[in-house]
Parts: sequence; structure tokens; C-alpha cells
Amino acid sequence: MSSHDVLDLVWLVPALPLFGALFLLLFGKRIGEPIAGWIGSLMLGLAFLVSVVMFFALRDLGAEHRQHVVDLFTWLPSGGLKVEFGFLADPLSIAFILFITSVATLIHIYSIGYMHGDPRFSRFFAYMNLFVAAMLILVLGSSFLMTFLGWEGVGLCSYLLIAFWFERASAANAGKKAFITTRIGDVGFMVAMFLIFAELGSLNYTGANGALAGALRLDSGTATAIALLLFFGAIGKSAQFPLHFWLPDAMEGPTPVSALIHAATMVTAGVFLVARAHTFFEVSGDAMTVVAWVGAGTAFLAGTVALVQPDIKRVLAYSTISQLGYMFLALGVGAYGAAIFLVITHAFFKATLFLGAGTVIHGNDDNQDMRIMGGFRKYMPYTAMAFIVAFLAIAGVPPFAGFWAKDGVLEKVFQSSEYGLWIVGLAAAILTGAYMTRQVYLTFFANERFHTPAEAHDDAPEIAELATPTIAYGDAPRTPFMHHDPHEGNGLMVGPVVLLAGLAVLGGLLDLPFQRIEFLNDWLDPVFADAHHEIAAPSFLGGVGLSVLAFGMALLGLVLGYAAYHRGLQSVDRDPFDERLGPLGRLFGHAYYYDEGISRAVDGPLRAGASWLARVFDARIIDGAVNGVGWVVRETSLGFRKLQSGFVRNYALGIVLGTAALLAYLLIWAAR
Amino acid sequence: MTITASYYLVLAAMIFTIGAVGVLIRRNVLVMFMCIELMLNAVNLTFVAFARQLNDIRGQAFVFFTLVVAAAEVAVGLAIIVAIFRRRRGATADDVRMLKG
Amino acid sequence: MTAVVFFVFAALALAGALGVVLARNPVHSALVLVVTLVSVAVFFVQQQAHLLAAVQIIVYAGAIVVLFLFVIMLLGVDREETLEDPLRFQRPAALALGAIVLAELVFLAGHEWVTGAKAPSQFAIKGGSVALGGNVERVARVLFTDFLWPFEITAGLLVIAVVGSVVLARRSGQAVELVDEDVDEDVEEDVEEDVEEDVDEVEVP
Repeated sequence: MSSHDVLDLVWLVPALPLFGALFLLLFGKRIGEPIAGWIGSLMLGLAFLVSVVMFFALRDLGAEHRQHVVDLFTWLPSGGLKVEFGFLADPLSIAFILFITSVATLIHIYSIGYMHGDPRFSRFFAYMNLFVAAMLILVLGSSFLMTFLGWEGVGLCSYLLIAFWFERASAANAGKKAFITTRIGDVGFMVAMFLIFAELGSLNYTGANGALAGALRLDSGTATAIALLLFFGAIGKSAQFPLHFWLPDAMEGPTPVSALIHAATMVTAGVFLVARAHTFFEVSGDAMTVVAWVGAGTAFLAGTVALVQPDIKRVLAYSTISQLGYMFLALGVGAYGAAIFLVITHAFFKATLFLGAGTVIHGNDDNQDMRIMGGFRKYMPYTAMAFIVAFLAIAGVPPFAGFWAKDGVLEKVFQSSEYGLWIVGLAAAILTGAYMTRQVYLTFFANERFHTPAEAHDDAPEIAELATPTIAYGDAPRTPFMHHDPHEGNGLMVGPVVLLAGLAVLGGLLDLPFQRIEFLNDWLDPVFADAHHEIAAPSFLGGVGLSVLAFGMALLGLVLGYAAYHRGLQSVDRDPFDERLGPLGRLFGHAYYYDEGISRAVDGPLRAGASWLARVFDARIIDGAVNGVGWVVRETSLGFRKLQSGFVRNYALGIVLGTAALLAYLLIWAAR
Repeated sequence: MTITASYYLVLAAMIFTIGAVGVLIRRNVLVMFMCIELMLNAVNLTFVAFARQLNDIRGQAFVFFTLVVAAAEVAVGLAIIVAIFRRRRGATADDVRMLKG
Repeated sequence: MTAVVFFVFAALALAGALGVVLARNPVHSALVLVVTLVSVAVFFVQQQAHLLAAVQIIVYAGAIVVLFLFVIMLLGVDREETLEDPLRFQRPAALALGAIVLAELVFLAGHEWVTGAKAPSQFAIKGGSVALGGNVERVARVLFTDFLWPFEITAGLLVIAVVGSVVLARRSGQAVELVDEDVDEDVEEDVEEDVEEDVDEVEVP
């Protein structure tokens, strides 16, 4: 069986979780816990195995020919637009499906433990499977429209999963917020597709007549428009400024959801799209600058906000936004390999961090306030170890994965002579180190602040009864209420976390900046071969120097964090970073009042605008036009009605008038 | 001078016009009807004039029929007038206005 | 001679026509109408349409005008029309249009219209074989041969007219108001009285 025949089965990869989703939707309730969870995990495990097979099959095709399109059927034969329901197996898509399926499988297994006891257990796994199926369609799609299909699918599932505990108003609102905000970005994606079709006549990625080949022929103006519109869609899905504000609220969903969707997969869809459509960006030039600056700016700003958040998941949410900024920074300077490398390693360590946070939350009676944690290392050693490994990775400490990835990005940025971007990137690195150290110390080390004070009453409210478990900046710290020590998660939860941590370590091996071990870069090369950018590699000393500098910045952040937090919090409502930053701290804490700003804008001018449209434009102008037509007809007929006087003599007059006219005709025309 | 057909035709035209104007101007229903008879007569005169000019008896046959139909029409028309205006003595054509739009 | 007769009776016809239109009293209109009808009959004679002339006198002047007079007596003598026309533009418009139509017709009539059509000899009015007979025979021949079908139909038409006028003019049990409401008070009272009288008359078997 040739490699191409094997690759023809690539459709199995999304089909397996899709089948799982349908099966669980129909029969999940009857099957119940925990088998439903195992079925979901099994589907994904199988998908992972198929992905591995596909990887080897693709590898056998030889570097120049690694591209295989499988068209299942013609989806839209509509006039000039012919879209196949097809999948494209190439280095980029295979790389994505490998890490997506592996991480998703581990998260599913974790969820069996985490979601234990939830009344809608099987529904959860159905949604999760559906989500992964949509994500796989997104990355495996052979055309923009297929990717859009998956794009919309992950948007829907994100809504379903964020609002999974919809009985809580805050969760329902968060789900709506996420869906609506990403939908705004989707408009950009759609208009971009219209433009692509109008200009190039095809939405397919590959092929001589495909969109990417055609992009090279476009003038830079059109290419910029398309690129920026696609980027607008990416901004929505990947939570970059200005459409980033849904992600922190999305933490209302169960933690495995945060791990899967908002760390590893959905948010990377935007990165994938830009990478896939890179040709448009290359031709445009200006678009790449926009991407790079938006990424760098978001990375820095999100990092500042994470410095003072008291909620364990919020810190990770802003951290995700920040790391995504790095990825776009890389894309913006043409360092595609570095960007994808960061995507993959980020998936590993961010999933570890989120799942670890989930265990922490689970183990301390659903409390998410870091101010009343502390010293958990003693009580949940495995989780702590995994968390710390992932922390070192994200902070950029060698030899863990994050270091190689971030260093790769910063090096490429420097080599592109984009020194402004480079400095912003370094600053963000410092911030990453600082806020992650803070989080680790507040949670796992330092003084234990969770003991219930003697005066506390037994009727302190359960977390589940509160309006929202999320602690916003500025909320007063909760009174500790636990009557027992925090506990480690069960085997199903610890196992995946540890495995993911292992991947966070080993992931670095994918792409070391030494010529012969640049596996990922080499693997992805053919996909980006048409890029104009050739970023010169630095000299050996230069490279080392840059790496040392990157590490130094990370270290600086770590030191700052350690200095402030290694003794924990002396008083629960006084946070060292917050105090030292003063008014800046409040600015950071409220995320630059962006959310409030949007609310005010929507409630004020937008609502006024909408109200005007409804009152004046719709009611008066449009209705007026419609009614006006009726009015004109009526007035005309009223005028004509006067002819019907009822008097016979008038009618006779009409007859004579007609006769005169007839005779006139006879005389003048006919008699000629 | 020889009286050619044209003389009769001109005369018929004048009688016809007078009859038409009469229908338009008078309000008494019966007078209006009489004016209509004037118009019919003018038309008959025209037919006979042309029959003579073309030396064709069929023109006269047609006038015969016109006369018959005119008679029937007068009978029915007057019956209608009687039926309508019996109630109101002294009503005029202007008082029958129910077709007013 | 012919010309003199023509002009004299033409003047009479026109005078009669004007009289019909202008007379205030409907009875006068009817009588003057007779003058016009007789003049037209004279013209028929002048144009070798003897049968038609006779029929004209008998039917039109003799029957139709008499019928008119009966109905005038029954209905419309009381009120004379006011000079003022309630529809303001009706009179000027009527006169203008009348003038236009007259001009057109005169113009049309004044020409010699030559179609080149030749009637078959059996339909000749003048001349032709002696066997054709006089005017009455010729008209009769045409009526009973070529135009037999229309002839019979008009007979049916006459029957229908008779039946129709009897039915229409009959007083029905329920009277329907067909005339507009705004008529003077005194006329109302007259109507009431007349209705009473009529009712009495009807009841007499």
C-alpha cells in the first residue's frame, strides 16, 4: 500500500471524534459515568494513532512531495465556485493533528476524574469530542471554506463548553460573550473569503489554481486587504487585542475546557490560519508588520495584567493571551517554524498548567483565590512537580521546551532587524517570569493561608452557591473555609498532568537551534517555501549571545517574583506586586478598563446608534418609503376618483371627448 | 347647383353635433333622450346619403334596421326612466348619482 | 328645385334640432323634434328612399314622439330646468367639444370619398332592370333574402323590448330608492301625496 493510499484515510482523524460525539449525544445518558468518558478518550486515542500513521506515511513521500489532498465529495458545486469536502495532509496539518490529538486524549482522561459526579457527565464528553472533531477539520481542511467549517464548529463548541454549567448566570454570559466576540472576528474571515474568491476564483489551498498560488499574483493592496481581514478573524479566535476580552471570562467553564480550548487548541486556530495563508501576508508586507506589532503589544499588555490577578485561572488566561502574542510576533516577522514550535510547546506546558490548576481547585474545595492557598507542595506533590516543570518551561528556562521556542522567536525577531519588536518581546519575557513565579509561590510554596480561622462559622457559603467562583481583581479575599487539608487528585487526574509535563520537557527536542536537530523547522519548510523571507541565521556567538540574553530576561523575572513572594503573603489582602505598582497595579488589575470601556461604548453610543436606526431609519425612512409608495398610489387614485363624478352627463362628455380624439386621429394620421 | 351627397353629410354632421351637445347640456332626462334620437336620425341620413352615392340599396336596408332598433330602445329606455323617476317627480339626470366613485 | 327643397328643409331641420336642445319646456322640445323628423323624411324622399320616408313618419314621428309625450305627461312637466348648470365646466366643455367635433365631421364630410367600390347591380337604387321594381320592392327583396336573418332577429328584439318595458315599468311590491336623497322638501311632500294617490289607484282592481 503506497503512502498515498494510507493518506487517503486521513479523514478518519476527524471522523473518529465526530462519531464519538454523535454516539455520546445519542446514548451517553444511558451509558453514564465513567464509560462515556472512556469512550470519548478512546476515540481521541485512536485518532492520535491514526495521526501517527499519517505522519509516517507523509514522511515517506520525500521532502518535495509532502502534500496529499483527499476529496471526499463535492460540497458546493455552485456556478464558478466549486468547493470539495476535502482534507489536505501536509507537514503543517500533520504537525497540528499530532499535538491536538495527543493533548486532547490526555485532557479527556483527566476529565474523567475531574468531572466525576457531574449530572451531565456524558454530555461533557460529547461536546469535547465534537470540539476536537471541529478543530481537526479546521486544520485538515483543504480549502478556506473547510477551515471555516471547523472554525465555526469550534466557536459553537466553545460556547457550549464555557456555558456548560449554564445554571450559573456568569457562565452563560461568558459563553455568549465568547461566541459573540469571536463572531465579530468571523466576519473578517468571511469577507476575506469573498475577496479571495472574487480575485482568485478558488478557495482551495493547494493546486496551481489554488488560492495560495494565486496570491503570488495579487497586487499588494488586495493582498493586504485579504490578509488583514483574515487576521481580524484570527484576532477574534486567538484573543488578541482588540478582541481579547472574552478569554478571561471563559474561565467560567470547567478547567479541562480551559486547558483544551483556551490553551492548546481553539486559540491556536488563529495562528494556524495566518500560517496557512502566509502567502497573502508575504505579498502584502504591511500586513505582516501589523501582525507582529499586534502580537508583541498584546504579549506585553497581557503580561502586565497577569501580574496582579488573584484568581489562579485568570493568571493563566492572561498568560495564554500573552503567549499567543508571541506566536503572532513570530508570524509577523516570517519566522513560521518558530511560531509553530511555540504553538506546540505552548500546548504542552499550558495544558499542564491548566490541568494542574484544575487539580489545585479540585483539591481545595473549588476555591480559586490564590491568596488563601499556599504550601500545597506538601499535599499534592505530583501536581506540584508537574506544575513547576511547566512553569519553568513557560518562563523560558533551559533546557525545557519553552526556552528553545521563545528563544527561537526572539532570535528571529532580532535577526529581522526589528529591534523595537525585540525589546517588547524581551519585556514580555520578564513579565512572564515574574507572574508565573508569583503564581507558583503563592500556590505551592510559602506560608499556608488556607486554614480556617477559629472564629469562622460553619455556615460560610459553599463556593458552589456563590454567583461565580472567579475572583476578580479588587475582590476582597475569601475567608478560608476548608476544614481539611488540600488533597492530591486521583490517578486519572495526576497521570495526564505528569505525562503532559514530560512532553513539556521533551518537546524542546523538536527544534533545537543546532543545524542538525532542527526537526520541526525542516519538517515545515516545504509549506513555507514560497515565503520571501529568508531570515539569516546569526553567527554562532551571536546566537549564543541572544540566547543568554533571553535566558537572562527570564531569570530577571524569576528573581523579581521570588523576591516578592518567597515568603508568601504576610497579610491576605496585601499583595506585594500590587502594592509596589500602586495606581499602575489598579490599571493592570482591571485590564486597562477595557471591558468597562466596551460596555460603556456599547451601552452608550452603540445603543444610541441602534436606537436611532430603529426609530428613525427603520420606522421613518424605510417604512416611510414603503408607506410613501402606498400614499402616492392612494393620492393618485383619489385624484382619478374625481373623474367618477356619478353624473351621466360627465360620462357623456368623456365619450364625446374620445370621439373627437378618434376623428382627429382619422384626419391627421390616417388620411395621409 | 346639384345637391351632392356632401351636402347631406354636412347637414347630418350638424344635426349630430347639436344632438350631442344637447345630451351634454340638458338635465331633463326626457330631453336628453330626444337629443339622442336626433343623433340617430343624423346617422340615418348619412347612411341614406351614402347609399344614394354608391347606388347600393343595402344602405337603406341598414337604416331600416336602425329604425327598428331605435324604436325598441326608446320603449325600453322610457320604461327605465319611468321606473327610476316615478318616485321623485321632477328629478333630473344629475340626481342619479349612485355610481359616484 | 331640388336645391330649394333641400335648403328650406335643411333650415327647418336645424331649427328643429336647436329647438329641441334649447326649449325649456319638454313638450315644446318634443313638438319641435317632430319638425326635424319630418324634414329628415323629406330628405329620404329626395334620395329615392321612399319606403324609409314612410316608415320614418309612421314610426318615429307617429309612435316614438307620441311615446315621449306620454312619458312627459306622466313624469317631467312640473319642473323647468334652471339655467345655471351645477357642473361648472360642463357647458363650456360641451360647446368646445361640439365645435371641434363639428369641424372634424364637416371636414370629413366635405371631401369626396372615392373608394372605387361598385355595388352589384341587383342592389341598385336607381337604374338597373325594370324587373327590380320600385324602391319598396328593392328594399323588400334585400330584406327578405340577404338580410333575412337580421330581420327575424329584430323581430325577436321587438318582442323582448315589449316584455322588457312592461316588466321594468311595473310597480313592484318593494320600492327601491334609486334617486339621491337631497331633493327639496316640497317635492317630498308632493311625492308623498302622489304616492298615496298612486297606491289608491293600484288597489282598484
